[in-house]
Amino acid sequence: MRFNWNFDYVKGSKIAYAFSIILTIAGIVSILSLGLNYAVDFRSGSNVDITVSKAITTEQIKPIVSDLGIDTKDVHITPGADRVNVRFSNVLDETQESKFKQEFTKLDSTASYEVNTVDPEMAKELERNAIYAVLIASIGIMIYVAIRFEWRFGLAAVIALFHDAFVVISVFSIFRLEVNLTFITAVLTIVGFSINDTIVIFDRIRENMRFAKKTTKADLREVVNRSLAQTMTRSLNTTFTVFVASLCLFIFGGESIRMFSLAMVIGTLFGAYSSIFIAAPLWLALKGKQTEKPKAAVKASN
Amino acid sequence: MKRIVSFILVVLVTAGVMLGTSPGLLKNIRLGLDLKGGYEILYEAEPLEQGQQVTKASLVQTAKSLESRANALGTSEPEVTTEGTNRIRLKLAGVTDEAEVRAKMKEPAVMTFRSKAENDKEGEYTKIELRGNEFVENGAKVVFNQLNAPMIDIQVKDKAKFAEITKRLIGQPLAIYLDDQLLSAPTVQQQLSDGSAQITGNYSREEANQLRDTINLGALPLKLTEKYSQSVGATLGKLSLDQTIKAGLIGSVIILVFMIGLYRIPGIIASFALITHTWLVLAIFYMGEFVLTLPGIAAFILGIGMAVDANIITYERIKEEMRSGKSILSSVKAGGKHSFRTIIDSNITTIIAAAVMFFLGTGAVKGFALVLIFDIVTSIITNIFFSRFLLTLLVRANVLKKPKYFGVKESEIRAL
Repeated sequence: MRFNWNFDYVKGSKIAYAFSIILTIAGIVSILSLGLNYAVDFRSGSNVDITVSKAITTEQIKPIVSDLGIDTKDVHITPGADRVNVRFSNVLDETQESKFKQEFTKLDSTASYEVNTVDPEMAKELERNAIYAVLIASIGIMIYVAIRFEWRFGLAAVIALFHDAFVVISVFSIFRLEVNLTFITAVLTIVGFSINDTIVIFDRIRENMRFAKKTTKADLREVVNRSLAQTMTRSLNTTFTVFVASLCLFIFGGESIRMFSLAMVIGTLFGAYSSIFIAAPLWLALKGKQTEKPKAAVKASN
Repeated sequence: MKRIVSFILVVLVTAGVMLGTSPGLLKNIRLGLDLKGGYEILYEAEPLEQGQQVTKASLVQTAKSLESRANALGTSEPEVTTEGTNRIRLKLAGVTDEAEVRAKMKEPAVMTFRSKAENDKEGEYTKIELRGNEFVENGAKVVFNQLNAPMIDIQVKDKAKFAEITKRLIGQPLAIYLDDQLLSAPTVQQQLSDGSAQITGNYSREEANQLRDTINLGALPLKLTEKYSQSVGATLGKLSLDQTIKAGLIGSVIILVFMIGLYRIPGIIASFALITHTWLVLAIFYMGEFVLTLPGIAAFILGIGMAVDANIITYERIKEEMRSGKSILSSVKAGGKHSFRTIIDSNITTIIAAAVMFFLGTGAVKGFALVLIFDIVTSIITNIFFSRFLLTLLVRANVLKKPKYFGVKESEIRAL
């Protein structure tokens, strides 16, 4: 099976730019107005996840919470068929925690608990480190790409990378999905995957550039389109395998990595999309400026 | 003929080694708390008295002390690590009484000098004469007597008070306790006015050093505050493990079927290389005694998805070369050569992202990053070198004669 991937990707990128800009604006609006739905990892408090053998209702849990001396308004209960989540906005102390478990065990004797507690200072630190991690990783990648390729590739790759990270964060903000520590890991992995994809395409552009006619912008555009067509099967196949792995984790994997898997599912798709429709056309836009310079100057630099 | 034999031999030996060692590997890999249940606490250490500093030495001492306490409570393989300048992370698996553990962990190690109270039984001393904060901080040191036996020398802050106590207790034992453990109970021979006392006992040099460290910790107790804690029930941990492994198996099978469907015989080689890759990562975990956590398994499964990339890039390139009319052998050679640089470049950028996660992350993030790095490195070994080696053997053995074994149709090949 072989498809003909010849297509004017650069032309298609106009629509992609518009789509990405709209998505980015929506993301900014959503993050500024709604913020992110932080899990306990980033927002101090205690999070209790309980695996239950029978359905337990919110009404059954509320009295237990009140008994601990905590206002039920400060507690968010999400009941489920086999899993109940109770999130306290303040930190449970040891006695409260063991009392809660004791009382809950009366409702379901086989309940199994996972309790996470984070102190406010710690939460802020985690968030700060996450932002540093993305920035440092980006700088590192940009330097590596600039050395191995040229700065235009590095810049285009990093813009595409920020785009992917931001899109995933935006989607999580818009749909009020929970942002926890594993989410940060997912964003960083998406960064890694997306850049991987971009590099393969850039590598092919670089290779084709060696023999290509590159006097006009149209020539360059032809190189980009040809390179994308040549790497398309590989891009789709790789995206498919990573997508399948993430989707399986999302559907069948454990509860605590669900948000991680979801972020990966979204990020994989956007990673492939941005490598093709954002990174490569951006490089063309940057490189195109160079060819438009007077011919004499180009010759002199050769 | 020789080549096909060596191909079969390599595959059989590799498969044999994997089959033979896998059960042992899987059984002995250390699982994280999130997979087997347990308890994790991150403490922040502060000096007990104002104006003091938390030093690296005192932090390490506190961690050591926590570890021995955890051991004393009978938990298996407690893991205590220091983080940064003032943090200690404690991981305990299979704890039944969390509250007791938590309480026990936070008590500072306190040294006391005690004498016999009226109702004490033989060998029991309950009247506290001196407390931990009355000893000179970091004042304990190991000294040697004439017989070169090590003893621990302690300095008391208030010499007059110590003189008074020793005067009162002449001919009686003065017991030295660490928390509730009796270290030694020497009989006071004379009034001690220089403010120093010795703990004697049948100590080895190593034991004496340890005791000195513990006492110094007692004299400089760090206050521990819980900053983060996570507890996972054993059933829940097992459930997460089972679910994630199931997800991994399903995902892997789909990926392998996909690879074979798309690249035929090279696809089978790629699948074999992938399985070898998975085995190799597990072996690294086993040998390095790394702890496998849930995010670690997730990284592992994702790694499989990403590891096939090396094969996809190579095979796509080989197919391209074939379509341009090259012979099979030269297509394989050229494909391998051209794809190598691309694969290395794209993998290094992912390693950069993973390395940043490793250095900036804590706990689970670190584990994830570590798996990702191992994954990429082993993937280069298995999915570039090993799978190419196998493929070249087959091609040279003249087994792969037709382009269709690579998933290339005759009609696609451009005539030269």
